[in-house]
Parts: sequence; structure tokens; C-alpha cells
Amino acid sequence: MTTTASATETQDETEALLQVRDLQKMFGGVVAVDGVSFDIAPGSMTGLIGPNGAGKSTTFDLITGVQKPDSGTVKFDGTDITGMRTDAIANRGLVRTFQIARELEEMTVLENVMLAPSNQQGETLWRSILPRTRRAVTEQEKQLRERAWETLEFFELDHLAEEHAGTLSGGQRKLLEMARVLMTDPDMVLLDEPLAGVNPTLEERLLDRLDELQEQGYTFLLVEHDMDVIMNNCDPIVVMHQGSKLVEGTPEVVKSDERVLEAYLGGEVDA
Amino acid sequence: MSAVARAREWVGVSDVRLLLAVSIGLYALFTFFSVALGFDLNGTVNTLQRITFLSAVYAMLALALNLQWGYAGLFNIGVAGFMAVGIYTMGMLSASPQASPGGLGLPLPLGILGGVLAAALVGALIAIPALRLKGDYLAIVTLAFAEIIRLSFRSRAMEEFTIAGTTIGTGGADGLTLPADPIRRLFYEEPGSLVSDPSRLGLEYFAGAKMLGIEENVAQGWAYAVLLLIFVALFYWLLVRIGNSPFGRVLKAIREDETVAQALGKDVRLFKIKAFALGAGLMGLASILWFMGEGSFVIADTFEPILTFYVFVALIIGGSGSNTGSVLGGAVFASLLFEGPNFVRRIIDNTFEVGSQPDTIFAAFGSPDALLAYVFSDFNLAALRIVLLGVVLIYLIQRRPEGLLGNRKEIASTVDLSERPQEGDQ
Repeated sequence: MTTTASATETQDETEALLQVRDLQKMFGGVVAVDGVSFDIAPGSMTGLIGPNGAGKSTTFDLITGVQKPDSGTVKFDGTDITGMRTDAIANRGLVRTFQIARELEEMTVLENVMLAPSNQQGETLWRSILPRTRRAVTEQEKQLRERAWETLEFFELDHLAEEHAGTLSGGQRKLLEMARVLMTDPDMVLLDEPLAGVNPTLEERLLDRLDELQEQGYTFLLVEHDMDVIMNNCDPIVVMHQGSKLVEGTPEVVKSDERVLEAYLGGEVDA
Repeated sequence: MSAVARAREWVGVSDVRLLLAVSIGLYALFTFFSVALGFDLNGTVNTLQRITFLSAVYAMLALALNLQWGYAGLFNIGVAGFMAVGIYTMGMLSASPQASPGGLGLPLPLGILGGVLAAALVGALIAIPALRLKGDYLAIVTLAFAEIIRLSFRSRAMEEFTIAGTTIGTGGADGLTLPADPIRRLFYEEPGSLVSDPSRLGLEYFAGAKMLGIEENVAQGWAYAVLLLIFVALFYWLLVRIGNSPFGRVLKAIREDETVAQALGKDVRLFKIKAFALGAGLMGLASILWFMGEGSFVIADTFEPILTFYVFVALIIGGSGSNTGSVLGGAVFASLLFEGPNFVRRIIDNTFEVGSQPDTIFAAFGSPDALLAYVFSDFNLAALRIVLLGVVLIYLIQRRPEGLLGNRKEIASTVDLSERPQEGDQ
């Protein structure tokens, strides 16, 4: 964070890595997201929960530029990124994973991982063709290859490196998706149900990796349905209901809040 | 080890060997066809030239399409349109001003460059609105574009027009006069004239050919075929280089899942435009090389959608996504499926004394002789070719949907990714 806060900004806002303000999105007559605001501090693992239809996925889409909000702003690392294209946002260091793991099936696991890093010289067409510049591309490829193997080892996928990604199991796909996202060298990762369909052993492994990465300074925002996972790993937790933020706070606060219970059990809410 | 297994092992070592083995096989087959038809040496050599020529142009076109469809997954069924833009632009730039319709009379290299750039530019322009479209919708736009190009080129309005005092045109339905090809320029004093004396180089080359018993026009045709093979090698080199690079990797990712490529920070639009423009430029170049070598003029109806379809068949047979497969598919399609039926028909014609074609399909089913005569009549040959294509495609889709080489892993990187950094390296 290099930006200096203007006098009017509060201390709290300058510390946030991601700052979401009054996001609103309507689909036809339905309000999917209704004035959601929250801050995410660097190095935190924030949980985003809420019953089905609460607007979690749409919020993700609005933050990552997949959809444009009707109103409201998203600031990342001091820059207003509202309405930017997904790829531009990703290149700023804010990257997402998908609820259903989307592998590039006809590409090998290694190719999947090698695709991710930004600023690859060889992605410029002529640099990949002309002899002199291609040598520089090859140098970079060698460095990336080393990082790719390290990342695959970290996620214990190295034995599958040369397989087509389409042959991986559901859990392995989740791991690969994490590996790919990390290769982009992000500051913050939005994880959309990273543990859905993952068996308990693998779940443990993934959570260990996430903890380790958090210690290294990565920031996470996590959507997950497994309450135990959220309560044990995330702090703070944001609870959404019917498109709005219901509660925000530590696991203890959220657990003891009656409105959260009611939202999940389908009771009426008076906020 | 059996001979077959040993041959397989030898071929499996490198792509060059594989292509070499297939070429030898095809040449052997067509030499056999020629001998069976009682061709003399010149006839046989000419047959092989024709096979080489067609294989080369289809290989180039399949390679160009492989970049768009095989790599980036862009369903372009307007190949013929880009080909038309290439050759027509070249023709109008380089044809002599005295020809009818007149050209600008620019030097041939400039004309070729202009044709390639025009095709690439049109490719980029088509790509921009098409970026929002996926799969089938993109296909419809490209097909419509190709037809608009073809119909415009043969329309009266474009037959002749004047820009800044110079009259040029597409020649409408009569076709466009083309400048003489580079081989004629090399071998003749007046390349544009059919009765020209050979140049000094031409004299020596034709004398050499004569010692082997090969006539002038056949020798000239072979020189052009060799030129085409050099261009196939250049295309192949370029596309392998592009495929095995981070650029090719992003194209593959776009084919697999555009949303993922975007989520990982790739500006998908730019990559698509580049792939489209480059592929279209190469299609234009392939078309220029093809029709310049084919004769002294070209007509717009050459570029009907069936031509695009042929290029797709070549690529599907070879294996979409594989550059070696594209070359292989081009050769197999052009020789076996395109020219093959013609030879088979003539051999059957010669051997079995096929009678005259019956008047109705009903009569054709009256006796085996009549059916044979019906199927192998000149008139029905084109249809027979399509039937054969259909059968081959159905068989392939059932048995080998990925094509001859489509199942291979051609890894998109400039380095061997499987090479693992060892502990203590650097």
C-alpha cells in the first residue's frame, strides 16, 4: 500500500486491501445485491457466508468484473476498480477461483500452471517468433518452469504434471485451480467454495496450504457452505442474507447472533 | 520384430520422418495409378507434380486454419473469403495496366505483400464484431462475410472502377487476370507471354530436365511445386514456433475456457484478433501461391463455401490442434480424397469397359454394369467425391474423432516442461 490517505478518509479505510461500498445489482426486478459494504484487511482470511440466494456469488462477480454493478464502488489496493475488465483486475493482483473447478482439460497440468503468470514476454506474438526475443522468452520460460514445478510440489500434484487436466479427480482439480491462481502472483484471492466436493483428507491438505499461504502474507476471501471450516479458519466473517450484509464480525460474534440463525433457518429478519 | 513394427518405430521417432514416410507412400500409390493408366514418364511425373501441388496448398491452408480453429477454437468458416481477398488484392495491385481488367502494375513482391496484409486486415476487422460471438454465431458471421466477398468480387459494380485516374477492377464474372508467377519470371524472357523464349537460367534448367526425358512444361510445374514445398516448410516452422510459445498457450486456453483465461488476467480480445488476423493473412498467402501457380486468371466462384469445407476436412483428418497433423491432413486429403477418386474412376473405366451412363437412376439399378456406369460417369464424379468424403468423415468421427495426430500432446512452451529443475541447479 503506497497510496497516502487523504485527510477525509478514516484510518480504517486506508488499511483495507479491498474496500466494497454500497454495491447494488438488479436482475430485471430482482435485487440480487442490495447495498453491500465491507472492508478486507491485508493478510486476513475473511469468510463470506449466507444461505442460498443470499447474493454471495453475485458479489464475487461484481468485485472481479465479471458483472458490472448498477451502483457502488470497489477499491483494491487504493485504486477504484469498479467496472474494470476481469483480466485488468486480475493483473492488479486480485484473482478468483470458480465454484465448479474449471480446468483447461485438453492442456496438461503443467501447461495449466504455466499459463497463469502475468507479464509473460512470450505472450506478445512477435517476441515468440523472432530469434533474439525468443531467446529471452525461453529464459523466462525456464524460470517459470521452475516455479511451476515448485508450486505443483507444494500442492502435491507433481506426479500428475504431464497428464491432461481433464483426467484429474474433482479434488485434484480444486488443488490445480489453487496452484494456477497462485502462479499469477496475486495479492488477494477470492475462493468460491474451494472445498465443495473435496474428500476430508484432501480438505485437510487444502486448508493446511491455505493457512501456510496466509502466513506468507496472502489475503483470502472465502465463500464456503461448510460452517465448521468457516468458523475454524476465517476471521472476520461476513454474513449475507437476501442481498444485504446481515452481520460482520468474529466467529464468536456471528455464532451468537440470532439473526444469522434465523436467516439460515428461514425465519423473518428484522434488521 | 516384424517389418511393420520396425517401420512404425522408425516413423515414430520424428515428425519429419512421419511426413517423409507418408509422402513416399502417396508417391508410390500415384506412380502405380499412372502406370496402371498407361502414362509415359512425363505423364507420371506430371501426376506426381499435381499431387504435390495440391497437397502443398491444402497443407498451408490447414496450418493457417489450425491456428484459428485448432489452437484458439475460433470457428471460422469463411476461409474462402480470406483467400479471395488475398489473391484479388494481389492481382489488382500487380497485374499489368494493359490487361483487362487492368491492374496497378506494381512489382510482384509488393503485390503479394499487399494481398497478405489486406487479408490480415480484413481478418482483424471481422474479428472485432465477432469477438462477442461464440462458436456457431461466429461461424455464421464468417460464412456470410465470405459470401459477401465472393459476390462483391463478381458483381458488375466492381468489374472495373477508377481510383485517382487509374482504372482497376475485379473483372466481375469473367474473372481477374493474374500476373505471371515467380517461376515463369525466373525461366522466361517475357513471363507474361505464352510464346516467350526461355531465359538463360530457364534454358539450362530445361536442358537438364530434357536429359531426364522431362518436357518443359512439366519441369516448370515441378519447379513451382518445389517452391510451394518451401513455403509449406516456412508455414510449418512459423506455426510450430507460435504453437510452442506462451502465445500459443493462451490461444489453447481460450479454446478450452475463455472465462478462465480472462480470470487469469489474459486480454482475450487481443489474442483473438491477433490469431484471426495472422491466420487470415496466411490464408491469403496460401491462396496467392495456389492460384498464381494454377493459371493466368482466377474467377470469384472458385471461392464458394465448399472450398472452406475442404480445408476443414483436411484439418479434421490430420488432427485439429496439431501442426504436423495439419500438413499430414493436407497431403492425405488432397491426394487420396480429392484426386484419388478421379484416378480410381479412370482405372475402372479402362479395365472394365464401363458402358455409357444410363438415363435414369432407376435404370442404373437395373444391372451391375449399368450401376457401375452410372457411378463412374464423368458427370457423377464430383458427387462421388463428396460421398467418399462423407464416408471418411463418418468413419473418422466414429473411430478417431481426434484425427490422425490430434491426440498428441504438442506442449505449448518454448522449453521442455517435463525437464525438472534439479536440486542445486544454478
